[in-house]
Amino acid sequence: MQIVNRFSPLKSWQQMSPSARREALAGYCFISPWIVGFVVFMAGPVLASFILSFTAWNIVGDPRWIGLDNYVRILTSDPDFIQSLKVTFGYSLLYLPISTVCGLAVAMVMSLKLKGIGIFRTLFYLPYVSPSIAATLVWAWILNPRYGLLNTVLRFIGIEGPNWFGDPDTSLYGILMIGLWGVGGSAVIYLAGIQNIPAHLYEAAQIDGANAWRQFQHVTLPMLTPTIFYMVVMELIGVFQTFTTAFVATGGGPLRSTFFYMLYIYNKAWVSLQMGYASALAWILALIVLAITLLVFRSSPYWVYYESEQK
Amino acid sequence: METDRTLTALAASRATIRWGKIRRLISALGGYLVLIGVGVLFVTPFYWMIVTALKSESQLFALPPTWIPAPAQFQNFARVFQEVPFGRFIINSGFLVVANVIGELISTTLIAYGFARLRFPGRNVLFLILLATLMIPGQITLVPRFILFAKLGWVNTYLPLIVPAFTGSPFLIFMVRQYMLTIPRDLDEAATIDGATRLQILRYIIVPICMPVMVLVAVFTFVNVWNDFMGPLIYLNDPEMFTVSLGLSFFRGTRDTSWHLLMAGSLLAMIPPVVLFFFAQRRLLGGIASVSIKG
Repeated sequence: MQIVNRFSPLKSWQQMSPSARREALAGYCFISPWIVGFVVFMAGPVLASFILSFTAWNIVGDPRWIGLDNYVRILTSDPDFIQSLKVTFGYSLLYLPISTVCGLAVAMVMSLKLKGIGIFRTLFYLPYVSPSIAATLVWAWILNPRYGLLNTVLRFIGIEGPNWFGDPDTSLYGILMIGLWGVGGSAVIYLAGIQNIPAHLYEAAQIDGANAWRQFQHVTLPMLTPTIFYMVVMELIGVFQTFTTAFVATGGGPLRSTFFYMLYIYNKAWVSLQMGYASALAWILALIVLAITLLVFRSSPYWVYYESEQK
Repeated sequence: METDRTLTALAASRATIRWGKIRRLISALGGYLVLIGVGVLFVTPFYWMIVTALKSESQLFALPPTWIPAPAQFQNFARVFQEVPFGRFIINSGFLVVANVIGELISTTLIAYGFARLRFPGRNVLFLILLATLMIPGQITLVPRFILFAKLGWVNTYLPLIVPAFTGSPFLIFMVRQYMLTIPRDLDEAATIDGATRLQILRYIIVPICMPVMVLVAVFTFVNVWNDFMGPLIYLNDPEMFTVSLGLSFFRGTRDTSWHLLMAGSLLAMIPPVVLFFFAQRRLLGGIASVSIKG
């Protein structure tokens, strides 16, 4: 990847030739929409959010500076914070490993060299491009305890299915199913990784007498670890922002069993209009995600294999 | 003797060839079985959605459920448009999609060209900042952005959902810039010698070569905007202005048991991204992969 262009050593404005100066000016003009967007929609809001997190403000009137009060209250005496954090963590621990395994499995299936595989690849990918609201509604109906498809099938084989979204013990599994239906999104990326593995590695493994499972274990999996690493980080950031599925399917219930962190932020900001408190909540979540991401990065030398690396 | 041995060897090799053929056939068969098994898991929700959308209200709550509704109630789709202003929702979503696609195409082209081709002090630092913004979680900027738009009086207008597209999304800028870097500079230089201005080079040389990545930008933007739920939820209050996604959840709130109509509506909402994906499939799958792997 080429992140940084080869670039002539930085010259001061005076040292530049007139044509270089013109080019530089043109450059600033071309990127100016992004600079405006960065200042107005990114840097400004990040700064504002940080400052707001030390205030109490309900949008009308002026923000009132309250120092660390928001943070102290969140961390010491806010049962909703604890509950939403529990739900989000619990779901992440459930979703991340399962979605990684399913994503890999679907990618392996997608990589079969068979006629008409393109149709199947498309099929597996379609749920991922569907609007999450539509996916959520279908699953809410499939998981209807009485008339839903899943419990009908379960009844057919003699099992009385649970109440899914109506039962705090199973509601998160309902959300999980909606999430896993979209696993084609990560499978496509794993598939690209699989297709990038040089064929000679498999040939060598075959000569050594490795069967399909051993080839997967000793060639595919190690060669895929950089892709898995990338996907785990992306999914990690995504899963902590779960919102639409829970908002539409359960509204956070029953008994707050699907009360995701983003739902809490949404409630604080747009239902009770506590902008300062919501900002503090957002920063705490960001710091948690950052900490976990750093942990994953620190763990990478132990399990991610880079071919170009000298061991 | 010699010929005998050759013959047996020949027969043996024929047998292995035949055996190999059979083995390949078996493994292909196994492959298709797995494909179909996994396919059923992915397709069943779509099937259930279509079937439910064609049921009458009484069939909806029949036990055991009917697998093929007869007669199929195609008027359910018409009823969706009568019960809620679904046509209006589609127009609203369509408008937002078009505005966002135009915005992203213009802005990402200009910005990516600046980063890929022009030399100016601070370029690398600025580009690293652009990449860093990809890591900033959205929830941080959500509240202040809302406050900003509220102070501008833009809440309950489409402006908060359109204007940011004209400043370029960092991910798309990155994608287009990476693509532009692969175009040989000789082309630009030749055009410069012929007296072309930078905008002309961009318009007549770079953009035509970048068409594949432009299609990707358009498709990504289309799907993101069409599927977006939280943006419209936060910024739009007036049901007349709702998008398809928001309208569906609003519909659900009013008619909690009309699952046949909800499924018909969901099906309609799925059509644009699914159709678009079908047409752009090859480019899209390749593009997503190349961005995430090489990027």
